[in-house]
Amino acid sequence: MTSAITRAAGPAAGEWDDASRAAARRRAARRSKLAAIGFIAPVVAYIAVFFVYPIVRTGQLSLQDYTFQSYFSGEADYIGLENYASIFGRPALSTVVRNTVLFTAVSLLFQFAIGLALAVFFSRRFPLSAVFRGLILVPWLLPVIVSATTWRWMLYKDSGLLNTVLGTDIAWLSDPAWSLWGVILANIWLGIPFNMVLLYGGIQAIPENLYEAAALDGAGAWRRFRHITWPLLRPVTAVTLLLGLIYTIKAFDIVWVITKGGPVDSSQTLATWSYKLSFEGGTEQSLSLGATVATLLFVVALVFGLIYVRSARKEVTG
Amino acid sequence: MTRTRLRTGATVVMAFVLCGLLLFPLYWMVNVSLTKPRDLARVPPHLFPVDPTFDGYRLALDKNLGSLSTSLLIGLGTVVLTLLIALPAAYGMSKLRAPGTGAVLFMFLLAQMIPSVVLVTALFALYKQLGLLTSYAGLMLADSTASVPFAIILLQAFMRTIPDEILESARIDGAGRIRTFLSIVLPLSRNAVVTAALFAFLFAWGDFLNARTLTTGNEIVPITLALFRFVGAEVTNWNAVMASAVLASIPGAFLLVFAQRYVAAGVTTGAVKD
Repeated sequence: MTSAITRAAGPAAGEWDDASRAAARRRAARRSKLAAIGFIAPVVAYIAVFFVYPIVRTGQLSLQDYTFQSYFSGEADYIGLENYASIFGRPALSTVVRNTVLFTAVSLLFQFAIGLALAVFFSRRFPLSAVFRGLILVPWLLPVIVSATTWRWMLYKDSGLLNTVLGTDIAWLSDPAWSLWGVILANIWLGIPFNMVLLYGGIQAIPENLYEAAALDGAGAWRRFRHITWPLLRPVTAVTLLLGLIYTIKAFDIVWVITKGGPVDSSQTLATWSYKLSFEGGTEQSLSLGATVATLLFVVALVFGLIYVRSARKEVTG
Repeated sequence: MTRTRLRTGATVVMAFVLCGLLLFPLYWMVNVSLTKPRDLARVPPHLFPVDPTFDGYRLALDKNLGSLSTSLLIGLGTVVLTLLIALPAAYGMSKLRAPGTGAVLFMFLLAQMIPSVVLVTALFALYKQLGLLTSYAGLMLADSTASVPFAIILLQAFMRTIPDEILESARIDGAGRIRTFLSIVLPLSRNAVVTAALFAFLFAWGDFLNARTLTTGNEIVPITLALFRFVGAEVTNWNAVMASAVLASIPGAFLLVFAQRYVAAGVTTGAVKD
């Protein structure tokens, strides 16, 4: 690396004319710039291979015909937009899109509402508050597979806990009318800590004296929430909802472990459908069809991602 | 005075109840892991392990001990890989004013939006060509795609807070950029480095999609994949399935108890987990 030789042990400055001094300065600046590039180069290469290439390659695969044979040979021909035509011609598409919208919207709504209620509750000062807040994070630190497996057991029709608690007799895992709701329930639970943590941080940033002044004016808890917390929390609310939306729309593990998207696509989302088309279709499977759905999913996520980046920047710059 | 005390007491009790409700599924996991197979189908189930058995754990360890060490290896490898890529980059971005810093940060922000199913589809095709399917290196690289953006965002934000004067005086004393990095920036960033490492380990430990897609057969089976296969194979011994789930939870629980400080630091960095 160039950085070790930046120590300049040149002649005294007075011996140099202005031109050579300027040249030396330029050389030093160039060396320092080169050193900086040396430190950052590996990560640029990493981004190219692990983020840019996969997007391009997935887009490329969606224009090819990567058949069952291709899994062995690695060869695939270009077929234009045929995969897109095939995907848009499938009756499953409307089910999958509807499921994805329901899964994302309902999960988000309840995760956010419960997360907000908890954040407001825990913003009171009381003993052991930090310990409790730490404990609530536990589901967030465990592999999603662990939580999903536990929920799968609780959703069983006969011996599952959920039916016992609710007094119902629902086949959460095998009834197409209920499978998506079982998965949504588990996913709401999974997302509460994330929402609570972000919103709690936002509430902490609201100046205490606003509440004191409102309390002196006789405002009750609800009015303090309605007129101070809610409006001042708006930027954080936007970021929380957008990030939550991006994470929820691409959720895979939770759905796959609980229902595998079934029965008959009744809980299939774009993410699991893409995976199923690529890897779980037996001799019918096609990496190209999976890549086509993945590309569509990426475009949706990207749109919300750019909205997020814009609103995050606005929040930083005020 | 007593009225405020009473109110505080009520708040604590309520917090306890809320916490209990939220964590109940995890309690249930532990409870089922200790239940005898003949009690598993009981309706209604016992709320407490009245007649506990450790058979589930015996079977789980018997079947999945190898997977725990596989996950440990992949986790540690991912940590090393993540730090090797992220540390120099964070230093270059925060302290050397490397050109393209803004672009790299923006890319990482966007990288969080890329669905993992997009990454894994392309990586499958790439690994197929390179012969990296079912390899430790391939899995560690794939797992690092979750931790590298997180680590760089965290580390460069932290390194920005190191005063330039400290680095300046080191340079005047004759230390080059690498010396400055290794003997000043790294030790000062210790806490952020620990946080980045812990989360890199957690991400890799919890990965399921990469393991499921980029490996075949029984050669490399991380604990998450083992648990998934176990769920499919076991109809009667759900106590062993749940015992495996408990074993897979150990690193997360460990972190919460012994490294809560670092966990808190990581969570507030923007919660880059999907």
